[in-house]
Order: sequence, then C-alpha cells, then structure tokens
Amino acid sequence: MLTDTIRIILADDDEDDRNFFVEAFEEIKIKTIVTTVRNGSELLQQLNDCRNVLPHIIFLDLNMPIINGMDCLKLIRENETFKNVAIAIYSTSSSEEDIENTFVLGANIYIKKPNDFHILKKILSNVVSMNLQFETNGLNKENFLLRI
Amino acid sequence: MDKLEHYQLKYCILNFGEIKFLEEGQEEKIDLFKKDLLDYGIEIIEHQKTILVQKIKDVIKEMIYNENEQIEIKSSAHISEKLGFSYGYLSKLFSEITFTSIENFLIIQKVEYTKYLIVNNHLSFSEIAYKLNYSSAAHLSTQFKNTTGITPSAFLRIIKKRKAIQFHHVN
Repeated sequence: MLTDTIRIILADDDEDDRNFFVEAFEEIKIKTIVTTVRNGSELLQQLNDCRNVLPHIIFLDLNMPIINGMDCLKLIRENETFKNVAIAIYSTSSSEEDIENTFVLGANIYIKKPNDFHILKKILSNVVSMNLQFETNGLNKENFLLRI
Repeated sequence: MDKLEHYQLKYCILNFGEIKFLEEGQEEKIDLFKKDLLDYGIEIIEHQKTILVQKIKDVIKEMIYNENEQIEIKSSAHISEKLGFSYGYLSKLFSEITFTSIENFLIIQKVEYTKYLIVNNHLSFSEIAYKLNYSSAAHLSTQFKNTTGITPSAFLRIIKKRKAIQFHHVN
C-alpha cells in the first residue's frame, strides 16, 4: 500500500529515551511523524485535543510521574474514540506479570527498551510494519498482540 | 454501475473488482465518479503495482482459507503460476509496496488465522496445525511465538482474561 505517513506519539519522562526514539524513527524506511510528551497527563491532553489527528500508535513508558503508563493505558482503552489506535508499552521492566497485565488491559505491543540503538531501530521498524499489516489487511485488531 | 452509466463512461469489467475505462478524454468524468464513490466509502486503486500486490494477497489468503483444496506445489510456484509473473519480480514488488516480504505476509496471515481458530473454534493446536498444513503442533507453536513473541497458550489466556474484564464491566 502506498501508505500515508504513520503518526506516532511517545509518552516518556526520560529525555534521553525520547531523543533516541525520535532519532531511530528518522533512520527507518517507513515515513513517520513522531510527537513526544513527558508524561501521561500531557499525553491525554494531546489525545483529547480535537484539533489533533489521532495517532496510529501510542508508545507508553510505564514509570512516569503524574499519571503512570498503566493508568494511562486503562483510561485510553475505556474511551471508544481510541479503539483503533494501537498501544505499545515501551518499558525497562521485563516482569512477566507486568507484561501480561498490560496485554490484558488492552495493550497491543510490549517492547522491552533495548540498550542498543541499532536494535531499537530494528524493533521500531518491525512494530510499525506489523501495525501496518493490521491496518491495511483488515486483520482483527483485538487479536493484535506483539512482544519484542 | 448506475454511477458509471450516469456519467456515460465507457468501460469494461475485468477480474478482481477491476474496471477498465475504454476511451481517452474521460478524465473529468472519472474524477466526478471517484468523488461519488468516496461518499460510499469506496476508494479506487489506480496504481498498477498496488493492484498486483492486492492480487498477491488475494492468492495467499485463498491458499490459507480454502480448506477443501490442498495445494501440493510450493506457495511461491503457486503464486507465480496464478498471476503469470516470475516470483522474483512479484517478491521484489511486494516488498517495495508493503514494507514486508511475501513470506512474512504468508506467515502473518497463517498466525492470524490460527488466532481466529483458537478463539472462535476451540480447536486444539494439533487440529489447527493439521488444518494449516504444518508438519506438527510444535512447528505451528514455534512460528506463532516467533511472530508474536507470545506462545499460543499465553495468547489464549490473555484474550480470556480480557473478555472476563469486559464481562465484569458490562454487569
């Protein structure tokens, strides 16, 4: 599909992580627009601002001040408006319990933050192209689970 | 069809929901026709490459979902034979347009069908593996895990828990 640009938003309180994330997307083949916010409350503000077009994928850090990732996830999934937006958890935690919980609460993707920039690029590229598969092929988004 | 007549467009119908406009100089009318179709939520795919990619996808889906007919030859040969292009050409084109390979698309489709069968048909993994032409349940399970990062049983557990929460909310 000659797809439009993929819209991405990242909520992460760590500035370095935000910068890495943006840089990684600049280097992958698929065209994206990346917005970043510093916490859950800013994210919800952005999402609820009707002047903004909805993103295709939301990347959520779990440990954030004000509203953490888990609560954000719940709030977003309670709102029908965001039904078709994919949610990717982007966290340093690799606790099996955390991972399964986020999936149960409606996350589609779980990414364990890598330390290596090249691996990050590969992971993000994989996530976007997998999401594209669901968007362009009419696959059932409710069954979209991906753990990397 | 009524709309085509309405604009007095000359056309003929081809396969796979394709039509071909027969006369030059119909562009203005075609543009109006496209606008009308958008109101119905129908988008016209004009790009030749996109059409061919869609055909590849259709052949693959047919191979996976058609349960009665087992295809004996390799999937690459089957796709190439069905569409009349070399597999190398199709494969290159597919990657260029979709950012994924034909092989990967085939695996994703199989995994998605597996998910559907796990959730809706209550088949065992061995039954699903047989249905989808895998040599064993273990092979299916490995491919599922490699593609999604999750084992089929974890997948089923998560979907069940989600449904339990939704049920809880409704009541």
